[in-house]
Amino acid sequence: MSDYNGQAGDGMNWQPGLRESYIFDRNTIEEIRRAASQGIYDIRGFGAKRKLPHFDDLLFLGASMSRYPLEGYRERCDTSVTLGTRFAKKPIEIKIPITIAGMSFGALSGQAKEALGRGATMAGTSTTTGDGGMTEEERGHSEILVYQVLPSRYGMNPDDLRRADAIEVVVGQGAKPGGGGMLLGQKISDRVAEMRNLPKGIDQRSACRHPDWTGPDDLEIKIEEIREITDWEKPIYIKIGASRPYYDTQLAVKAGADVIVLDGMQGGTAATQDVFIEHVGLPTLACIREAVEALQEMGMHREVQLIVSGGIRNGADVAKALALGADAVSIGVAAMIALGDNDPAYADEYAKIGSAAGFYDDWHEGKDPAGISTQDPELSKRLDPELGGRRLNNYLKTMTLETQTLARAAGKSDVHNLEPEDLVALTIEAAAMARVPLAGTDWIPGRSKDGF
Amino acid sequence: MTTATDVKVVDLATTPLRELNQRLHDGAAGGPLRWRIINPGGAHAVAVGVDAPFEIEIEGHTGYYTAGMNKHAHVRVNGNVGVGCGENIMSGTIHITGNASQACAATGRGGLVIVEGDAAARCGISMKGVEIVVKGSIGHMSAFMAQSGALVVCGDAGDSLGDSIYETHIYVRGSVEGLGADCIEKELKEFHREELGRLLTAAGADAKVDEFKRYGSARRLYNFNIDHAGEY
Repeated sequence: MSDYNGQAGDGMNWQPGLRESYIFDRNTIEEIRRAASQGIYDIRGFGAKRKLPHFDDLLFLGASMSRYPLEGYRERCDTSVTLGTRFAKKPIEIKIPITIAGMSFGALSGQAKEALGRGATMAGTSTTTGDGGMTEEERGHSEILVYQVLPSRYGMNPDDLRRADAIEVVVGQGAKPGGGGMLLGQKISDRVAEMRNLPKGIDQRSACRHPDWTGPDDLEIKIEEIREITDWEKPIYIKIGASRPYYDTQLAVKAGADVIVLDGMQGGTAATQDVFIEHVGLPTLACIREAVEALQEMGMHREVQLIVSGGIRNGADVAKALALGADAVSIGVAAMIALGDNDPAYADEYAKIGSAAGFYDDWHEGKDPAGISTQDPELSKRLDPELGGRRLNNYLKTMTLETQTLARAAGKSDVHNLEPEDLVALTIEAAAMARVPLAGTDWIPGRSKDGF
Repeated sequence: MTTATDVKVVDLATTPLRELNQRLHDGAAGGPLRWRIINPGGAHAVAVGVDAPFEIEIEGHTGYYTAGMNKHAHVRVNGNVGVGCGENIMSGTIHITGNASQACAATGRGGLVIVEGDAAARCGISMKGVEIVVKGSIGHMSAFMAQSGALVVCGDAGDSLGDSIYETHIYVRGSVEGLGADCIEKELKEFHREELGRLLTAAGADAKVDEFKRYGSARRLYNFNIDHAGEY
């Protein structure tokens, strides 16, 4: 007999007469027991695991009588995008509308960072540093590398600013808008400790606020400083966690962003409190139109590029994000899975650390059997950066082909020509958030003439 | 043709900031080693990202991020500086004859920053190896999450000094309004006496080592402990 809701490993099978509480379900009961035992909140990686309105709640209409489609494989459907056209002397062009999100060396192994760089480069896109500075592995293997400026400023230095291709000022992260970071002591190797100027083995806290600016007016001056240091060559991104996307987008434009990265609450993290991941921020679906309308009102849509992240898994998600007005998307968790995270080949080893392939999220503990979210040299060796890079490239290419397939079906010769009119929603919630009609109706909740 | 002894004068009343910084960046490949910047008029980002052993003298008050991310250069500001002066300084020196606003030398990783007057809140925040000597007093939340390096204060320190500090050495001659989480008074050992003496001499400060108290990390928050949750 299968488990009540298909969860693995608890050995508590349903039988007649046993009624599980909806609100005190097995996960809830287990969490109460764990908290009572350990006296500390649950810290984990991955992103939000709760069910949220998402891109699956949208459908493309496709072409029909009034629109004609493009032929797959033969008729052109462009995918490239140029980022940083507003102020930067050297904008960057990526061949596909999918980038690799910031993930730190420290959270990830050097091999994983190299693999991300290799895969992104093969696919013609960018990868991003993280809260720990730039490593030679990723600079050397990333043709286009975005360098993050984070509150901790771990590893920050002007040489790396100058050898970056773009600079991303991180204001927030979708998994934890308003939160800082934590790299627990067990992942602090000698090299990580040296890069972060901290003793080995202690918990490394990353501040939630930047040390030298507060608020958008200061940020405008900070960005001016970064541009002056880098001679106005580099595109400057501002990354925000989705919480007040309309206002935050407008303030980011005012502060001088070339590119805005908007990270929804399904966005991943290396280590954050579970309560934070699951209870703070907006679903990705709910923030795109807010940001796009903010840009449109300022006459900045497409002039300031919008990159959306948080739960992007396949070409359908990419196409839907672009149709809602994004210029590109970014992936983190999905890229790690493409490298080999949660690989069933390590089923036995996941079991040994109390997890299972497909469920593993204790990325902060540094015991990743796949050798990705770890600093253990033996585990890290399991990931072949060349093979990982090829796998990531395959995945990125697949997503791009899927995106083109959907765009061609909607009659678009460029994936960026997808538009909200191509979409309908399956649920009222998704219709309201994405501002597209509920399928089979012309009703957009909150946007109809009668106010409903 | 210029020689190493020439002083290049740049008037910010007539020269765009962009042109000044570009000249300083391009100048690393050769040209004058001494620069004098006049009429800064409170401009932000003056002499940022310099990566050469220049002597740069700025005549007047400057805005935010003066000499930010400085490498090798010796910068003197004859005036007051705005927020984040010397942020993320890598090496060299920055000498401010007036007062410094908030976040002076924030995240600095090396070099020496001297403030003849007072420094406002968050002086040395998240510092990572820089040495700072403030001859006056400093504001609240200074040396917040300070990782390494040394902060010398000849005057008084504001509230929450050294909150969540790691391994930075703090020396204060005057009063401390309050210590932040995990920051305690610690013994002034011989190593610290030598370090403090060296910094006082380097800054030309008229103060004696014995007049100072040292503050540093109790290291109780280095690894998360639920029983200390109220202190985080």
